[in-house]
Amino acid sequence: MTRTRAAGPAGPVFWTSRRRDVLTGYLFILPQLVGVAVFVLLPVGMAIWYSVNDWNVFTGKQTFVGGEHYAALADDPQLPKVLLATLLFSGGVVIVNISLGLLIAVLLNRRFRGVTVFRTLFFSPVVVSVVAWTLVWGFLLQDNGGINGLLGTIGIDGPNWLQKGDTAMVSVILTQVVRSVGINMVLFLAALQGVPRELYEAARIDGANSRTVFTRITLPMISPTVLLTAIVTVAGALQSFAQIAVLTGGGPGLSTTVLVYYVFQQAFEFNDIGYGSTLALMLLSFVMLLTLLQWQLRRKWVFYED
Amino acid sequence: MRTDRVRSVLLVIALSVLAIPFVVPTVWMVAASVKPLAEIFQAPPSLWTDSPTLAAYREAFTFQPFARQYFNSVYIAVLVTLITLLVSSLAGYAFARIRFPGANALFLVVLTGMLVPSEVTIVPLFQLFKSAGMINTHWPLILVTALAGPCVLATFIMRQFFIALPVELEEAARLDGLGRPAIWWRICLPLARPALSAVAILTFLASWNLYLEPTVYLTSPDLFTLPQALTRFADSYGGPMWNTQLAAATLTVLPMLLVFVLAQRHFIEGLSHSGLK
Repeated sequence: MTRTRAAGPAGPVFWTSRRRDVLTGYLFILPQLVGVAVFVLLPVGMAIWYSVNDWNVFTGKQTFVGGEHYAALADDPQLPKVLLATLLFSGGVVIVNISLGLLIAVLLNRRFRGVTVFRTLFFSPVVVSVVAWTLVWGFLLQDNGGINGLLGTIGIDGPNWLQKGDTAMVSVILTQVVRSVGINMVLFLAALQGVPRELYEAARIDGANSRTVFTRITLPMISPTVLLTAIVTVAGALQSFAQIAVLTGGGPGLSTTVLVYYVFQQAFEFNDIGYGSTLALMLLSFVMLLTLLQWQLRRKWVFYED
Repeated sequence: MRTDRVRSVLLVIALSVLAIPFVVPTVWMVAASVKPLAEIFQAPPSLWTDSPTLAAYREAFTFQPFARQYFNSVYIAVLVTLITLLVSSLAGYAFARIRFPGANALFLVVLTGMLVPSEVTIVPLFQLFKSAGMINTHWPLILVTALAGPCVLATFIMRQFFIALPVELEEAARLDGLGRPAIWWRICLPLARPALSAVAILTFLASWNLYLEPTVYLTSPDLFTLPQALTRFADSYGGPMWNTQLAAATLTVLPMLLVFVLAQRHFIEGLSHSGLK
């Protein structure tokens, strides 16, 4: 596009087509910009303000306390457990989600009868309401529920899934992954279909076996997709509130109390707005750090076809 | 030839086993919703009942204003989707095509909306909506979803799409004297159908699944949305009403599944062209 020169210094026409274009640009982005300013940036600013104040919700009185809530982070005996649960949950979700999504996509990336049926089946939980899906898994994971019933028929005495820390964590991770892996599967399939066929043919001529083809050609070629889906998946996992609230309520103990759930408890159940906001900002800094880290990795690892 | 056939049979078997956790919960939900209460936890588990009943479905509508709650979820999701389509296609187009001072910086500002989890903003937003007198109304659910959160992702998707669109079409139209708004509406939007359908699907699902927000903002059962209503099926002693809950869940899930199966090509193609790759 060539730059149209703005009207001369004493140009009689103010609304040149260039100026009109600039104005249109601002008007077009205005609703989105206002939305982000009012519903994202302003609240983040307010959260920072809340985090340095003590707020009595019942009298509405605010007192400035400076860094007190931040110091309280170090003394909170529950916080290490919450952070561990957050790490296990997000890490578990992203690892299982990406590997399962890749596996299904690779299996479906060939022509055979029924491929569309399978694609539809694997994607279908995505359109199932999160709460409905989680409720149903809650039933199936009961001690006397369907999963242990099935295990019982082959002679395995299943654990009481939601009542023990480690199996409860496994349950929330799997429930979450099975519901949402369809999206990543579709994105991986699209990426796999974008790999040029000549590369595969060339590799075959060179005598590469299928594992080498996968690790040396397929994976590098789809690495931008893998990285982007990993970012989106981690961000999604860090924000999984409904799944945890409905399936375990953060329990047993604190074993599935991830940071978002802890923020909610502090702010809305214990009415501790100051400390809740401090925790919320910690969550925000995690998301920011992860994004920065992944941008760095992107530069280093991801193969780009220019 | 022979080994090929053996391989594809093995592939189908492997995929079928893998598909069990994706399919069985939904089938079990529908089956259990027509079972008498006592059979829900029978061992060994079964998808069959000899005495099917629709009692749980009747109960779902009498225990809560479920029809009303259903309508709330549908109208909010439709409204949010329409607003988001408009806002994101305007902003996405401008960021992709129009040169204006500060465009890159403003785009980064908008992208922060994708990074900030809603759990971070919900406490301040609650105070903002409280001072605007909007607590226990649907406004927070509509405004925040339609203008921030999922809408920012939508703007990103639209921008990626318009960047990839050949610019020649627009240049021809400009030479014919068409203004920007006309180019956006008459030339670019009709071409953007795959991106628009991806945006519509993602936004509708995001609104449909909102759980934290209604839990925080809404207190009257008449105003509840479906996810929130589903968790409230408990008798006066706090005991869960299993089959009623499953019947309500089935009613929530089946229409969406039906639409998906009928339009699955659009869903999947829309998503794979969303530029999220």
